Order: sequence, then structure tokens, then C-alpha cells
Amino acid sequence: MGAQKKRAAAAAAAARVSEDPDDLARQPLQAILLADSFTTKFRPITLERPKVLLPLVNVPMINYTLAWLEAAGVAEVFVFCCAHSKQVIDYLENSEWFSQPNFTVKTIESHNIISAGDALRLIYEQNVIHGDFVLISGDTVSNMSLTQALQEHKERKKKDNNAVMTMIIKKSKPSPITRQSRLGTDELFMAIDPNTKQLLYYEDKADHSKGTICLDKMLLAENPSISLHNDKQDCYIDICSPEVLSLFTDNFDYQHLRRHFVKGLLLDDIMGYKIFTHEIHSSYAARIDNYRSYDIVSKDIIQRWTYPYVPDVKFCGNRATKLERRGMYRALEIEQSRSAQVGSFTVIGYGTKIGSNSKISDSVIGEGCTIGSNVLIEGSYIWDNVIIEDGCELRHVIVCDGVIMKAGAVLKPGVVLSFKVVIGERFVVPAYSKVSLLQQPTVHDSDEELEYADNSSGTVEFSSIQGTADQSNGEMTSESSEAHKPKLGTGGVGYIWSICEGGQEEEWRHSVAPIPEDKLTELSEAMDDDQELVTQDRTALSTSGELISDSNASEGDDNEDSKDDSVYFEKEVEATFLRAVEENVKVDHVILEVNSLRLSYNMTSADCAGAVFYSMMKLAIKTPHSSAIGLLTLYPSPFSMVASNAYPIYLSGELQQNTANIITTWQKLLKSYLLEIDEEIEIILKFEEMCLESAKEFSPLFARILHILYDKDILQEDAILRWADEKEGADESDKVFVRQSEKFIQWLREASEEED
Amino acid sequence: MPDTQALVNDFLNKLKKRKIEGSQATARQTAELLRSVISQQRVPYTNQAGALIDAVKAIGEQLIAANPVELAVGNIVRRVLHIIREEDLSLTTAAIGGLNLSAVSDDENDDDRDGDSTLSAAAVAAAARSTLRPPSLQTLLEDTPVSAAVPQTSSSGGDSEGKTADKSSRSRKLKHDVIEAVNELIQDIVTCHEQIAEQAVEHIHQNEVILTLGSSRTVLEFLFAAKEKKRSFRVFVAEGAPRYQGHLLAKELVARGLQTTLITDSAVFAMISRVNMVIVGAHAVMANGGVIAPVGMNLVALAAQKHAVPFVVLAGSHKLCPLYPHNPEVLLNELRSPSELLDFGEFSDCMDFGSGSGSPLLHVVNPAFDYVPPKLVSLFITDAGGHNPSYMYRLIADYYSADDLVVQRRATAGN
Repeated sequence: MGAQKKRAAAAAAAARVSEDPDDLARQPLQAILLADSFTTKFRPITLERPKVLLPLVNVPMINYTLAWLEAAGVAEVFVFCCAHSKQVIDYLENSEWFSQPNFTVKTIESHNIISAGDALRLIYEQNVIHGDFVLISGDTVSNMSLTQALQEHKERKKKDNNAVMTMIIKKSKPSPITRQSRLGTDELFMAIDPNTKQLLYYEDKADHSKGTICLDKMLLAENPSISLHNDKQDCYIDICSPEVLSLFTDNFDYQHLRRHFVKGLLLDDIMGYKIFTHEIHSSYAARIDNYRSYDIVSKDIIQRWTYPYVPDVKFCGNRATKLERRGMYRALEIEQSRSAQVGSFTVIGYGTKIGSNSKISDSVIGEGCTIGSNVLIEGSYIWDNVIIEDGCELRHVIVCDGVIMKAGAVLKPGVVLSFKVVIGERFVVPAYSKVSLLQQPTVHDSDEELEYADNSSGTVEFSSIQGTADQSNGEMTSESSEAHKPKLGTGGVGYIWSICEGGQEEEWRHSVAPIPEDKLTELSEAMDDDQELVTQDRTALSTSGELISDSNASEGDDNEDSKDDSVYFEKEVEATFLRAVEENVKVDHVILEVNSLRLSYNMTSADCAGAVFYSMMKLAIKTPHSSAIGLLTLYPSPFSMVASNAYPIYLSGELQQNTANIITTWQKLLKSYLLEIDEEIEIILKFEEMCLESAKEFSPLFARILHILYDKDILQEDAILRWADEKEGADESDKVFVRQSEKFIQWLREASEEED
Repeated sequence: MPDTQALVNDFLNKLKKRKIEGSQATARQTAELLRSVISQQRVPYTNQAGALIDAVKAIGEQLIAANPVELAVGNIVRRVLHIIREEDLSLTTAAIGGLNLSAVSDDENDDDRDGDSTLSAAAVAAAARSTLRPPSLQTLLEDTPVSAAVPQTSSSGGDSEGKTADKSSRSRKLKHDVIEAVNELIQDIVTCHEQIAEQAVEHIHQNEVILTLGSSRTVLEFLFAAKEKKRSFRVFVAEGAPRYQGHLLAKELVARGLQTTLITDSAVFAMISRVNMVIVGAHAVMANGGVIAPVGMNLVALAAQKHAVPFVVLAGSHKLCPLYPHNPEVLLNELRSPSELLDFGEFSDCMDFGSGSGSPLLHVVNPAFDYVPPKLVSLFITDAGGHNPSYMYRLIADYYSADDLVVQRRATAGN
């Protein structure tokens, strides 16, 4: 019987191993798991609990990483614990990870380590890594298969001893507006050799204000082809050769894995070490770097992208959870009022109670929570044993274990409540604030070294508190509640941390809340301006043409009124005209082009005239005002200024000169559309409209430019007079410009009489 | 015990992490695990069957909870429970028969009651039940009545021996018999493909066109068997999105020299008029004759019905589930990763939750299974022969005991 059993086990093992390459079976694969991110992005929560133990959809993060490592065929994992190492070790000891067959977890503990580089140096000293290893941090969620990447790595290593690392990347488009990936990290630029997949350039802190990135000339000279990506996401899963550890030891100033190590290797070509990439397509990998990625990865898990690491699969001793319709996950023993509405993509933990008329959607509720009635929870992460009393409102927030929210309290988007905070009755916590029982550590300069130091000091601070936390918790809270009563409402306990360093301005980028609408519009407007500037600057205007047609296409779908048509027509004409100006196209050609546009949009020649005139005037405004002084003398106007001039005189003078120049240059174009007097009147009307709306700069100059047009024989006196006559009966507000040019008109009338 | 516990944990882990794929592998491993559990279980002198049933139930409960979607686990646990009951019953009836034959006096019987009241009560109840129970299909078909088998065992039971010796031998015997029966079960599971395939020639005729969806080991073997018998026929393979296992099937069929046509799932309706028979595999067959099968199967079944094409389902007896599909607990569907449908990278901008209301507008649902109602199924071919959907209940009555439908230990483990 025993033999049979063994055979069965061997068969099962063989079935599993057979998927992996042979050498994997020969040499057990090792992994280094950094159970510390060496940053402070999850403060204040991480002051009390290490980041890897924070629950992600009700399961501590480190479990996702360990479960994946185990499934990927890793045999031995070294968990490097630094901050709160005791908690991590305790957790692992009580978990099932220490008792897995074919999978050993060992912990390495150190307290004076302040960076990933230091950690790797320490591991090197311990001399426990014997072959290729996977370097991962304890906050990574993935379901990829390592087999192929590992094989590629090994084959490369055989051929080229300098290929020390394979980085896992994944396609993910960054938002063009915010310049950050969906995980809330900065847009990442990578140059990769498309044939060998060698990483040539890595920049995650590109300067977006300039809109350019700088590549070393040598890159282009040495590589026959490179592809530059901004749509790749770094998964922070690295397959490393043992040399990586010694490299860290040799270069003792390497601290950060990417900023120092990767960039260092890429820049330093003396040793010739190479980094390669492996792109994954269908599988999932992401690292939780900030609150936004916490939110996004949680949602990906709920949407099952990380299958089989989803709540209803018990991959690491998590509680039995059932998946119901519309992506609702419910554990057992939930008490839910009949009138409570639990929406889609929601996870509700074991033993949670939900009161009547409460609405919950897109949220994760932990175990043993008590939610009162008429509570609104939207897009929030509520951890274990939280008490939310009646009438509270929570939108896009993180609420840690043991928080109590008194009746009617409101959390604005982006709020983070750390452990055991109490929010007073009807208190409104402002957006993006972070509340903790611990006081904010004194702010250092945002120097990197200090940031690390800061982190370690946080540990020390915590460990001192932790010792007394259990007994003195009561005192501590009462004490702080006395001191800070007004801060969190009546009965509130905790400190609101002041937002430091990045400031309020950048808080929305990494917050758990979605980016507010107004921020997005603000940014996209700013970007549009940039775009416009760029197209103006650029000599090749084809891009702007594309842009305009793009906007046509998108808007054209919505409403196809003839009015819109004329707007597009105007835009097209303007683009054509601008291009003509920049490329010095002959007037005849421009006329041809505008004619073809006219035909395609089915416009009259009056429309053409209006559009051409409009673009000329626009150009006049946009043309940089050269230092033309004393324009008034150049173009002496016989008419006194009627309207009160709000603009400095030299400015309007310049503008006038610009206009005059442009009209002189392009009068032929304009004239070709002025076949009859009606078109001329159209121009005047158009001009009037512009002065009122789009180009107010012209309004004081109306009469003068009218005169210029008359001088250049563009407008005949008949047209001007008829315009004036038409305007006779109009409203007072319409007659502003008629009055402004009153003298001119009078002069015209007199002249014509004289002629008669 | 620690040895079994480790085995159980290992298997539980594999089930939980979805490392075992396919009903057959799961069924075989479950049966093997239960066999080792039974062989390791220390049996008390009294109520051995109860102890064994308890032990199996305890582990079965965990196994079923580990992956409730894989119904084969529950099926095998119930089969093993049934085996224990059957063996116990046959031993008891043999004993009672022996007692009756040797005309044991009343006080001896009383002694027996004193020593082992629960056993005898259970035995009497079981014996009573056995007389009430309808004869099994097997016995009807093979015309070998149970009573014929009983005397053989009873004779080896040795009523001439002393009572204690009888008991100890019986205890060993029960365990031994159960393990033997479980071995047979494992053998059945392992050979189910061949047994089903043996029937292939009866169903596939010359120059026929067969349509199948996705990939199933059973279907593959079935088609090969027909091919080996020199039947010439053509196979249409619907690719079985989103896992496209039909591609693999097509590859293997071609490797064996079968004329194969690969079509998309959506072309099934267009092609069905040319098809003589649809042969598909199943994930599980329910007690009402409904089928839980890979997604897309209902579509094929409807198309087949529309064109009056026979819809034949191949299923090993380990896929036969004694539960009814109207129970939502049973109709569990496995929702797999959306990445099988679309590339995450290409759609990453549709899943940016960082803007707008924060809730994603794009939902991707990837269910693994379909339910095909019994009225759409023309024939089941199991290792025990071909059956009508309406006849499933009989097979289930053969294989399962009604007491085991709910595999949960009662709170009072006294039993």
C-alpha cells in the first residue's frame, strides 16, 4: 500500500514538475522576498503594521506573493523582514506557510537596514543564495508562470555571462492626461532592443514639463534598432543571477533597486552587465506601491484578473467566500438587513452585520464589521472589526481595523483612517486627510536618505509603543481625546496628519479616490494648450491638421448640425491658412485648397470669405508682437479713438500693424472670394462677431482695421455703408462698432457725395 | 495518522489552488486518497462501518469544500461511502444469514446486543433496508442476484469459529473488502475511457460526420477507437473559446489520421445540418440527466435539436453526480480569469479606475461551464453502457446511497 501511495505521490509530483524545465527540477529555485518597501507611502498605517500584512481584499498581501511563488515552482523563499519584523515573523509562524511540503519559507531579520540595497548586501553575506533567484517584494500580486521567463533567462545566461537579470514587464497604457500609469506610478519610459529584448534605457522620473526625454546618442549608434516604450509597466518581479547580490556588495552606494541598481548597470558599461526584459501578456502582475495601486489591484482581484488568487478560491487559508451574481463575494455568517443594498463588485467578510437601508458598492468590507443603517459606502476598503454607526457616508476611503465612526460622520474621498481611530458624531473629515492615533513624526526634508532614515526611526518609534500598546491603549486614547477633542468632533480620538512634502497639490495622484473631474479637465486643458503651442512652434503642420480632423471626427458623431459644420469648416480653413503661412505656399494654391474645402463642406463663397478673414485675424493675434514702436505714426489714423481703450496703446498698435501686414500679404486670397458686395458685408459682420467674442483684442481697433480694409480695396464703400444702414435698426448693444466707426462712415458718405 | 493527514493536506492544497485539472484525475486521486485514509483508519471492534464512514465523511467534507466546483470529488466520496455501506451490509446479511442458518438461540443474540447494540441495530436496519431496496440494475442485467454472492462470503466468514474470532476477522474483512472495492473503483476510473471507447463502433458508422466542441479525453479516445476499427468518418471540431482546446483536439485527431475540420463556435449552427451526430464530453452529469459541460455546449445542443441531430454525451461514471441542478449550491460555475478573453495590456485604459466614478465600466465575465437540460440530450454513453437521460436516476441509485447525498457529519458523531 505504501509503495502504491508513494508511486501516486511521485506521479503527482512528476505531473507538476513536467511543466517546468529540467534544470529547474535539478536545482531548486530560490526567491528573496523583501517584506519591506523602504518607503513611507502607506503612512500612517505602516507605523503600526508592516505593509506586507495589510489586507488586500481581506487577505494579507504577503499571502498573494507567497502563494504565487509556491505555484510558480519556487522551492525556498527568504523573507527579509525589517520594519515590524516581529509582526511579520509572528504572522508567518502562525500561518500555514511554514508547514508546506516542497516549499520552505525562511525569515531573515534585521533592524538597521534602510534600503533594498542594504538588504541584498546582508543576504549576500549570509551566503544562502546558490543559483538564480527571484527577487520580489512582499506587496506584489501575480499569477504569471515563471517557466518561460526562467528558461529564457537561463539560456541567455549560458550564452552571455553578463546577462544578470530579467525584468518582468507588462503592457499598460499610461493616462495621457495625468502622465501616470493606472497603478498611480509615474509614466515609465523604457528603451528595449526589439530583437534581444535587452533593456537599454529606464526612466521613471521623466520631466513632463519639457515633454522630452533624452537618450544617449551612443544608444542609437550602437544598436541597430531600439523601441522606446511608454506603455510598459514594471512588475517589480526580477529573475536574477547570483552576480546581482555581489554587484550590490561591490557598489555599496546602490540603495534603490531601480533608481540605483538598474540605472547604474545601464549607464555603467565598464562591466558590461546586461538587463533583459520579459513581457507577459495574458497573465497578471502588479506591485502595490501606493494607495491608488492598492485600490486598482483590489479591483483587479475582484474582477478575477489574478485568478486563481481570488477571494472565492482558498489559496492561503482564507475564509470560505462565495461568488454570487454581479461579482458579489460573500463570506459566511453575514447578517444583512433585507433593505440593505449591496451592489456589484463588493466583498463582504465573515460575520459582518449590515443594517437597514445601507448602500454598499464597489467596496471591500472586512471581517466582523458592524455597519449601521442608512450608511453609504462607495469604493471603500474597510478592514476588520470596524464599527460604522447610522447615517455615515464613506466614499473612496481606507478604514483600518478597529475604527469607530460615530453616527452621521462623513469621510470625504481619499481619507485614510489608521487603526482604532474614533471619528466623532457628524464630523466631516476633509478629503485626502490621514488620521492616526500616533502623532505625525516631525517632518524632515524630503531628502531620500532621510526618507529611509525616517522609516527606520518609525520602526523604533513603533516598537516602543507596541510594548505598551496593549495596556496603555485606553489611557493613550483618552489622553489624546482630551488633547484633540475639537479635531475629530465630539468623542473623536486621533490626530489628523498635516499633509507634507508633496503637498495637497499632488495628493490626488496617489490617493485611493479616483482623480476628481475638475483636476482632469484642468490637466487636459493645460495639455491642450501645450499641444497647441507645440503645433504652433513646429514647422510641419501636418500634425495639427490631424489633430483638427480628429476632433472633427469625435465631435461630428455627436451632433451633425450645419452650424457645427461651419465651425469645422472654419477650423479647416484656418489650419490650411496657417500651414500656407508657415510653408509659404503660393496664394493660388491656397485658393485651390480652400475651394476644395468649400466644395466638400458645401459652403458659399461668403462663408469662405468669412473663414479666410477669420483665420487671418487669428494669425494676427497669435503672431508674436514684435517690437514695433510708434505704429500710430506709420498708420496715422484720421479718426480719433472713440472707444475707451483698455489695452496699452503700443499693444494695439502692434496688433494693428500685424493685421495690416497680414492683410497686405494675403489680400489676393481674400479678394478671390469677394465677388459681390454681400461677401464684403459678411466679412464685416464676421469681424464684428470676432471682436465681440473670440478676439476681443480687436474691439478697440475695429474702426482702424475697417479703414485698412477699405484702403486695401478689400471692402468697397458700398459694403461699409450698407452694413451701417443694416445696423441702423439694431439694438444699442449691436451698434457699438457702428458708433466706433461713425466718423469713418461719415467720411465715406461725404466722399461719395463729393464724387457724385 | 500524520501520514494520511499530510497526504490529505497536500491534496487539499492542490484542490484549493486549482492545480488538478480534469474530472478523471481528480476522481482518481480522490479515490486513492480515500483508500489510504481507510487503510490507515484504526477500526474499533464495534461499529466498524460507522467509524469508517465517519472518517471518510470527515475528510470528504474538507475535500468538497476545497473545490466545490469540481463535482467529481463529491461523487467519489459518496461512492466510497456507498461502498462501505454495501460491504457492511453484505457482511451483516451474511452474518445474519449465518446466524439464521445455524439457528442461534435467543440469548446469544441478546449477548450480541449487549456487546454491540448499535451494530446490531444498524445491521438489522440495513438488513431490513436490503429487503426493501429494489434490486440494482447490475443484478437485473447480469442476472446474478446478490443472494448468490452472499453465501460465498458468509462461508469464508466462518460461522463455525468462535464469536470473538469471528468479530476480529469480520473487522479485518470489512476493511479488506472496502479497500478491494475502492481498488475496483479506481480501476474503473482509470479504464473508463477504454470502456466508453469500446462502444464507439456501435455509434459511429461509415462516412458519418461527427461534431464535437472543445477537447475531452473521452471523446478523443472514443473517436480513436472508431478509427481503429477501420471506420472512416469526418470530425468537425468547434474550437471551444476562450480556451481553444479544440485546437489541441484537432491536432491530435490529425496526428491519428482522422479527417478533421476546425470551425469557430459561432459556426456550429451553420455546420450542424451536415452533421450526423454530436459527441461531446461533460464536466458532470446531474441526477435529472442534465449536463454541466464546458461553456458553449448549450448552444451546440440547441443547434443539434433544431436539426434533429443526436446529441450524445460521453461521461465516465465518476462524473455521475447524485445531486439535482436546481440547487444553487450545485450549479456553481467557475468564473475564470478574464485574461483568457482579452489581453489586459490592450484594454488597460478601459480599466483605469482612477478617473470618473472609480468603478470600472468594462466587466469581463468568463464562466467555465454551461448547463444543458436533459431534454436536449439524446444519449449518455457511460462505462456501463448507453442510457437515456431519464434513466440516470437508476444509475445513481446503483452507485450512491441516499444517506450520503449530504456529506456532512452530524453534530453528534455518535451515529
